Formats: sequence, structure tokens, C-alpha cells
Amino acid sequence: MSEAAKPAADIHAYLAELEDIPGTRVYTAARARKGYHINQFAMSLMKGENRERFKADERAYLDEWPISEEAKAALLKRDYNTLLDLGGNVYFLSKLFSTDGLSFAEAVSTMTDMTFPEYRDMMLKGGRSPEGNRSIKGGY
Amino acid sequence: MARLTAGVGSSHVPLLGVAVDQGKTGDDYFGPIFAGYEWTREWEKAEKPDVVILVYNDHASAFDMKIVPTFAIGCGERYKPADEGWGPRKVPDVEGHADLAWHIAQSLILDDFDMTIINEMDVDHGLTVPLSMMFGQPETWPVKVVPLAVNVVTYPVPSGNRCWALGEAIARAVASFPEDINVQIWGTGGMSHQLQGPRAGLLNREWDNKFLDMLESDSDAARWIPHIEYLRETGSEGIEMVMWLIMRGALGKKVKTLHRHYHIPCSNTAIGHIVLEPAD
Ligand SMILES: [Fe+2]
Repeated sequence: MSEAAKPAADIHAYLAELEDIPGTRVYTAARARKGYHINQFAMSLMKGENRERFKADERAYLDEWPISEEAKAALLKRDYNTLLDLGGNVYFLSKLFSTDGLSFAEAVSTMTDMTFPEYRDMMLKGGRSPEGNRSIKGGY
Repeated sequence: MARLTAGVGSSHVPLLGVAVDQGKTGDDYFGPIFAGYEWTREWEKAEKPDVVILVYNDHASAFDMKIVPTFAIGCGERYKPADEGWGPRKVPDVEGHADLAWHIAQSLILDDFDMTIINEMDVDHGLTVPLSMMFGQPETWPVKVVPLAVNVVTYPVPSGNRCWALGEAIARAVASFPEDINVQIWGTGGMSHQLQGPRAGLLNREWDNKFLDMLESDSDAARWIPHIEYLRETGSEGIEMVMWLIMRGALGKKVKTLHRHYHIPCSNTAIGHIVLEPAD
């Protein structure tokens, strides 16, 4: 089959499926657009001087960014699930975890309904099962 | 001519780097993980590859959201370990192989792969952790590295088929490089893990091992696994496994398995490791 004969992927079906996973926000183009400044803000914390300024006055530092009030509130509260909804991506948000001195696993556990010790225990026992966690519509 | 002699798959969890850097590789938690790499360390000492084409992804270290290249190849002379928020890892700088990298970049572009070329960047745990797993803590890394960075963060990430085909094209490019050097290709990342949302912590031993079985087989069926299957079965970050397909695609139809290792958990992640040799 030549390249030209290959049928185009159905982008609408592709994107719809990405929204069908329980408890998951796939970092789609739509989220990347929406969360652009949240992620760029988080990225700025890679620099020591920015971390210092942020820690000294979080609100003032956030006000330098074109981020919605809702996102600023979620950042101040470290409400990571809301930040995912607003287009934050975990690799960028991890700059905020590390500014807070949190391990990746501990920060990740705050997005689940478990405490960190409970989460750690689940991981030691083999992690969360995919059973029942694969599809919202399908329920499998 | 250059010889592509082996492919290695490996997880690149940052905590493994911490374990190496803090001397914890023998403790109860990390011991079983590192034990599965001992065979490979000895094998690498005997193999003495000149260059590793190291397929990995940047985790918001060298790249931010300003520019998101799907496939990017490092053509620089050297790369520094990135500061990922705690100061750079105290590991040696990574020496590039600019001659081979530019040769591969040019060949790939002529072979219809529109690569992004990187002359300068820092490299994060995605690249330095696999080096630590395979080589321990040397003064200087015993190989030169051609970094090949893949976008596996912003969707759509490249399809499995495209990754496999890129591997095939890399093999052709290596085969036409005029120096007689020993080249390996490593695919890194994975295996199952999810680092976000209420479903975080998902692991899937069964699926991961089925994937390893597929890589060992003569079939190229793994190239057709759709993104949604990785996402549903192996967690949102399990998609990193498409990078292993670049490695596998480069090895040709038949491979021989030299070594295989699997362990759960390391932090949020299932650890997988495989060493394959082309057997066509
Ligand atoms: Fe990764």
C-alpha cells in the first residue's frame, strides 16, 4: 500500500476516545492550549531565583502571569485535579511539587482518594488494577 | 560500515537515578530492581559499544510548551545533565557523536522523516537514568550518545507504526555510516504507570509482559497497538512504551532475546528491561 492510499485517521473518534478513561485527563491539544500559561508558570520554577520570589509571595508571583482566577486559586491550594482540568500537565506541575519539597509519588497521591501511606501501600501490593478502570462508557 | 548490534529497552524512572546517586541500589526496595540489570552491566562491559542511539523523552526540562518537536535528534558535541528542580544530577556530561548524529539526521530527512535538529540542550533523567542503570557510576560515560527525543506528552504523540518505521529508517542510516563502529539503540520509558488524576497508580503486569513478548517475536504486530490501548491498559504515562518500538523497529524482523527483567513497583511505575539482538 502506498503512503498516499493510507486512509486518514478519524481525528474526532480519536479525540473522543481519549475522554473515555476514568479518572484521567489526557494532555490533548485542547488542554495544552487552555493550560499554556499554567504550565509555563510552573516551568519558570526551574530557576532558583523564581522559586525564591514565588515562595516569598505566591499570590504576587502568580499575578505576573496571564492565568485565570480559578487557576490561581487552584495553584495556591495545590489542587492538582482542578489544575489538570484547566490544562495543567503533570510534568510541568511537578516543578511546583519539587518547589514544595514533595516527592513525585506523594504529590501524585494527592490526586487520588487515598492518603500517601495508603497509596504507597497500594503500589507495594502491585498498584491499581486496570479492572473496571479502562472505560467510562464500557465500564470495564 | 557502522554495525547496529543490539537493542535495549529500559524504564527511566527518576527515583532509580536517586537510588544510584545515594548508594541505595542494594537495599530491600531497590535491590530486586537493580539485580535485574546486573546481567546487562556485565554484557555491556564485554560488548563495548562505541555509540548508543538513546531514544527517550524530555520531561519539561530542555523543552517547555513553546516548542514541541515530535522527533528530535541531538547533533551536538556534548550535553549537560539538566537541573530538574533539585540541581543537576552529579553524573558525567554526556558526550555526543556529532558525525553519526548528523549522518542519521540527514539520512532520515531524505528518507521522509522530517526531524528536528538540536544543537544544544540539557538532558534529563529520561536519558541519564538508563546510562546509570547500564554503566553504574563511572568517571566518564563509556559510550558516546546520540539523543533522540520523542514527544510522548502532548497529544497526539506519534503512532506506534510511525515509531517502528523510524526505527527501520535509523537502521538504514546506521548501515550507511562509513566508520566501522559498534552502535546500540535503546528505547526507554514505561512500562505501565499513571502519574495523574484519581486513576493514578495504575499498573498492569499482564499487559506489560504481553508487550515484552511481542517485542521478542518475529511479528511486527506491536506497531499497530493504538494509543487508546496503552492509555486504557497501562496508564496515561504508559504511552512512553511507543519509544521502545523505535528500538525494536531498528532491529529487523527476527530478534534473539538475551535478557529480560520485570519488577513492580518503583515509586509509581512498573520497571521493564529487555536486551535484544538482531537475528535476521
Ligand atoms: Fe518518562
